[in-house]
Parts: sequence; C-alpha cells; structure tokens
Amino acid sequence: MWEYTDKLKEHFFNPRNVGEVADPDGVGEVGSLACGDALKLTFKLDGDGRIKDAKFKTFGCASAIATSSVLTEMIRGKTLEEAAKVTNKDIADYLGGLPEQKMHCSVMGREALEAAIENYRTGGRKKHELEGEVVCTCFGVTDKEIERVIRENNLKTVEQVTNYCKAGGGCGGCKGQIERIIEEAAGAKAKSRAVPALLKGQKLTNIQRIQLIQQTVNEQIRPALRAHGGNIELIDVEGNKVIVGFRGMCAQCRLAEFTMKDVVEARLREFVSDELYVEEDADSARQPHNHRG
Amino acid sequence: MKTIYFDNNATTKVAEEVLEEMTPYFCELYGNPSSMHTFGGRIAEKIRNARQQAACLLGCEPSDFVFTSGVTESDNAAIMGTLAAVPNKRKLVTSRVEHPAVLAPCRDLEAHGYTVVEIGVDKQGRLDMDQLEQQVDEETALVTIMYANNETGVIFPAEAIAELVKSRGAVFHTDAVQAVGKIPLNLSTSNADLLSLSGHKLHGPKGVGVLYIKKGTRLSPYMKGGHQEVGRRAGTENVAGIIGLGKACELAAEAMNEENKKVKYLRDKLEEAILRTCPDSRLNGGEPRLPNTSNISFEYIEGEAILLMLDKYGICASSGSACTSGSLEPSHVLRAMGVPFTAAHGSVRFSLSRYNTEDEVEYTIGVMPQIVKRLRELSPFVAK
Repeated sequence: MWEYTDKLKEHFFNPRNVGEVADPDGVGEVGSLACGDALKLTFKLDGDGRIKDAKFKTFGCASAIATSSVLTEMIRGKTLEEAAKVTNKDIADYLGGLPEQKMHCSVMGREALEAAIENYRTGGRKKHELEGEVVCTCFGVTDKEIERVIRENNLKTVEQVTNYCKAGGGCGGCKGQIERIIEEAAGAKAKSRAVPALLKGQKLTNIQRIQLIQQTVNEQIRPALRAHGGNIELIDVEGNKVIVGFRGMCAQCRLAEFTMKDVVEARLREFVSDELYVEEDADSARQPHNHRG
Repeated sequence: MKTIYFDNNATTKVAEEVLEEMTPYFCELYGNPSSMHTFGGRIAEKIRNARQQAACLLGCEPSDFVFTSGVTESDNAAIMGTLAAVPNKRKLVTSRVEHPAVLAPCRDLEAHGYTVVEIGVDKQGRLDMDQLEQQVDEETALVTIMYANNETGVIFPAEAIAELVKSRGAVFHTDAVQAVGKIPLNLSTSNADLLSLSGHKLHGPKGVGVLYIKKGTRLSPYMKGGHQEVGRRAGTENVAGIIGLGKACELAAEAMNEENKKVKYLRDKLEEAILRTCPDSRLNGGEPRLPNTSNISFEYIEGEAILLMLDKYGICASSGSACTSGSLEPSHVLRAMGVPFTAAHGSVRFSLSRYNTEDEVEYTIGVMPQIVKRLRELSPFVAK
C-alpha cells in the first residue's frame, strides 16, 4: 500500500475541476493508455490574461488524479508567466509530498501545463512533444527531459530518475545511458559503467575476460533484447572470437535496422576489448528472425 | 466498516482451528525437536503428526517432503538444488507467467551461463504445449512450471507436462501454491518430481511451506547447516508453523469438495454480475480455472485507482496495474497473454475463500458499477 498523504487521498476521492473547459484557450495532453497514465488539461483566460478556469481529465492511479486536481487549483488566478513557473516539486509539495516512486505524476502535471501554455501561445501543438534524443524507448523519454528532472529535483541515482520520469523503468536497457547523463549533469567526466570501464584495457586472465564478456552480455545487451521478446546466449569464447546465439522474435524493434551481430560486437568492443569479433552459432543462424538485417 | 476480503491468492485468514493447534507451541511446549530430553523430544512427535496430515492432502508418504520457510524457499531450493545435483546439464525450461519466486532465480541463472527458455501462453493464458514439447530435450536439467496461475487462476496440465518431462529424462518441478487445497492431488501416482506449497494460502500460518521431493529425485540441499529433515533442509523446525500447516492441510482435505462448490458459486455470481453491469469490462483467463479466482479488466481506467475506491468500501482486491506493483509496467502474466496494455492497466483480481459470504458478493456487485463509472468520468479516453 502506498503511503499517501491525507491531502492526496482527499483530492483523489473528491477531485476538483474535472472535465474540459468549453472553448478553451489552451489544451495540453501528455501520456497515453499504454504508459499507464495520461492527462488532458484545458484552461480559459479572463480579460486580464489570468487563468479563469482550468479543468482536467486523467487516466491513472490515485496520485495521478490527485496531482491533476491540485494542478488546476494551483494555476487558477495566475497569469501564464506565473503558471509557467510551477515546477513538479511545487505540485508535490502542495500535496504534502508524494511517494518517491510516484514523483513522475507531478512531472506529468508540469508537462501538461507547459503543453497547454505552448498551445495557447503558438496555437499549434497540444501534445507534449519530444525534445532531444530518445533514451528510454519503453516510455519514450528523451535526454533533454532526463536532464531537466535531474536539474530541477537534484537527482543523484538512476532509480530516482526512473521515479521522476519513468526512464529506465521498462526493460532497463538504457540505465547505463541514464547514469552517464547523471554524471554529466554532476559535471563529472562522462564514463560508462564502473566495472567494465575499469577493467577494459587492463591485462585480464582468460577467466576474467570471459566473465567480463558474460557480464557485458548480461547487462548491456540482454535487457534490450528481452524487452522486445528476444534473447541472446553466450555459447563460447575462442581466442578473440565470441560465439553467440540469438533467440526469439523482435518485431518492431528499433535495433532491427542493424544486424544484431554488429550491435553485440560494438558493445563487446566498447566494454571488453577492441579485438573481439562475434560469430553466430550454426543453430541460431538457421532460425528466421528479424535481427540479422 | 466491515472488511470484505477478496484477496485470498495473496494470503488467507488463519483458520481458528489452526491457531488453536499452534498456540501451545510458543510459551508452553517450546522445546527443540532435536533435543535429547523428553521436553523437546515430544515436539518431534507432534511434527510427525503434522507431517502425516500434510501427506494425506498431497497423497504421498510422510517422508516424501521437507518443511521450508514458504513457497519462495521451496521454489529456490528446487531450482538450485536440481542444478547442483545435475551439473552436466545447462538448460532450464519455465513459463513466461511464473511467479517471481521462480522467474527471478531462473533469470539469475541465465546470467551465469544457463540457457533459460520461457514457454509462452495463449490469449486465454493456456500453456503452449507444442513449444514445450520442442524445448524439453536431453540438455534440459529442469522444467519448472506452475500448477495454476496466481493472477488469472488458469490451471496448467501438470500431469501431461510431468509425463513429457519424464520421457525426456529431465526433472519436473511445479509451484502448486495456488492449487493445493483447491485441486485434489495424488502425488503417489503423479510424475511430478518436485512440488512447492505454502501454508498461508490455505488458511495456515505465514512462514512455513513444503517442498515435496519424489523418492529417487536427485536434489542437493539448498539450506545447509544442521541435520534436520534427514539432512535435506537445515535449520531448527518452525514448530508452531509446521503444526499449523498440518492442521490447515487436514481441514483442506476434509472440506475441499464442498468448499470448492460454494466458492465457485460465489465467484461465478460476482464475475457474471460485474461483466454484465460494467460496460467495457473483460475476463482475463480461460478454463480450466481455479474456482476462487476472477481477473477482470476495466478499459480506460487504472487498477490502483479502482483498488483505492474499493478500499473505501472495505473491499480488498488486487491489480495487475503498473502502479500497484511499484514497477512501471503492468503484470507480466497479462502481457504474456497478449492482453492489451490498456486493459492490463485496469485489471482487478478478486480471489475468494471459504470465509466469503453471499452478502459480501452482493455488496460488491452493488458498488462496482459506480466505481467504474466514477473513474471513467475522470478519464480522458472514454468516448463522450
């Protein structure tokens, strides 16, 4: 059971301003059914350019509904300049706090507000659009969004980033990348995961090298394949030749445009040794699948 | 406010009769059954009695199983113990809809160089037997597939699987935690090698379980230490827990058929009414199915919100939505069945027990449509 504040529960059971404003000046939509939460925010301005009326419709858990409800309360009476200053932290604070794992609900509120203001100003997009490069393919979160939640909430760990914007919460294949973004934000020199980075380039025994190859397959390659219904098996290592087998189908996979063998080879070279090359074992090569490009 | 407990696949009420049996073993008869003195020694006799009660329910000999700390330990012990005993085989076969107590150790082994194959299910949640047939080969050390699914109640053909696995020379383990006490078992005639169960799913206490080990099955001990359980499971016996589990098994064996009829009647009534009165709802999971479980999806709304609304009325249920699990993705079981994300997020599981009443079912039937309607008023996806 989540530890929700009384204020949050009160807003969940008695949400304010449910619905859609008639003839709205701004409309903002974020999230989707597939993501598990979505919010549509509409507002109407008065003659002085203040938000006269704001309403919401939300699909999601109790905290998503409650944050939407308080958001409409918070922005009523504000000018758009004032409203634009509302951060996800303000929304969470207004509720007396949110469980860490639910902070992404407050971020969704802020994003909907921004999209609605943008919609009013340019008359254009209503949807919250992706800015930057997609890092988390499961939830469609970009590097720019990740950088922003890190900056605004002073985040230090991948887990926190996942709690605030969902990135990394699906297959987990982008966790290394998120770690790099956190390090960059902290001003540290970008570097990959600690263990492989330390070991690469050092003289390794055969046993250490094979373990590092296995670890790289486990941590850097398998999660992304699994998320799309596929899998990889490390079959053997002979000198610099790494023999792997692929299994499963990976329809709609963004990796499908590359040959999977090349992707694995690149990762192994990045994390283990530049001399490695990859071969597919005979059983795997006979099977039909999308990844051979 | 009265509590209406429809979450019996999560845990169950300890039967009063069970608690009564257990009570003396805390402050009065607290001896260690391994002790040489009479005070401890007589506890061993009580444990033998509990062992007999459990053996009756399972249809096996009292020496065919060890007591564990619960089904998670039983599952881990079955998987790790089999692989340790069969070091020359490196393949494991399981299903995509297993409980994490099986899936997590299997995936962990994959990272250690084992080949792990997860068999899929169809839209009704039924196991792909053709795929299983193809995958179980002479390389396979262990096949571990649940008896009945905890989220949907769908029952797998454990006997057919056991026969297939036996014919290929592999070991078959089944997590039967949701089935024991609901489906009659006769392990003496079964080809299953290993079977896990837990006390707290059949009105026994938490923290105690069983791992059945068919005679002749090679299994290395998972918990190492003292000589308890003839060296097969170390650790001082959870005396009160074991005695409670024994009593719970006895009660289940006595009343299973009659209770199943009553529970199924209540479940069917609840399910039929909800599907009829709540538009855009669908049942997840086909037959054969446990008599107590109903998993229903409500389109356009989210499971956690439904649970909190139910909670306000004192009704306890659970959900496969992402938000209830602390993860961000909905139930792996529903996704494996190809339930659309939209429906998986809005899924609610009702799981009944012999303690539920018709009044409780009728009350729930009464409140469910308003809850669904209320949340849909908030949802941006419902057609205007």
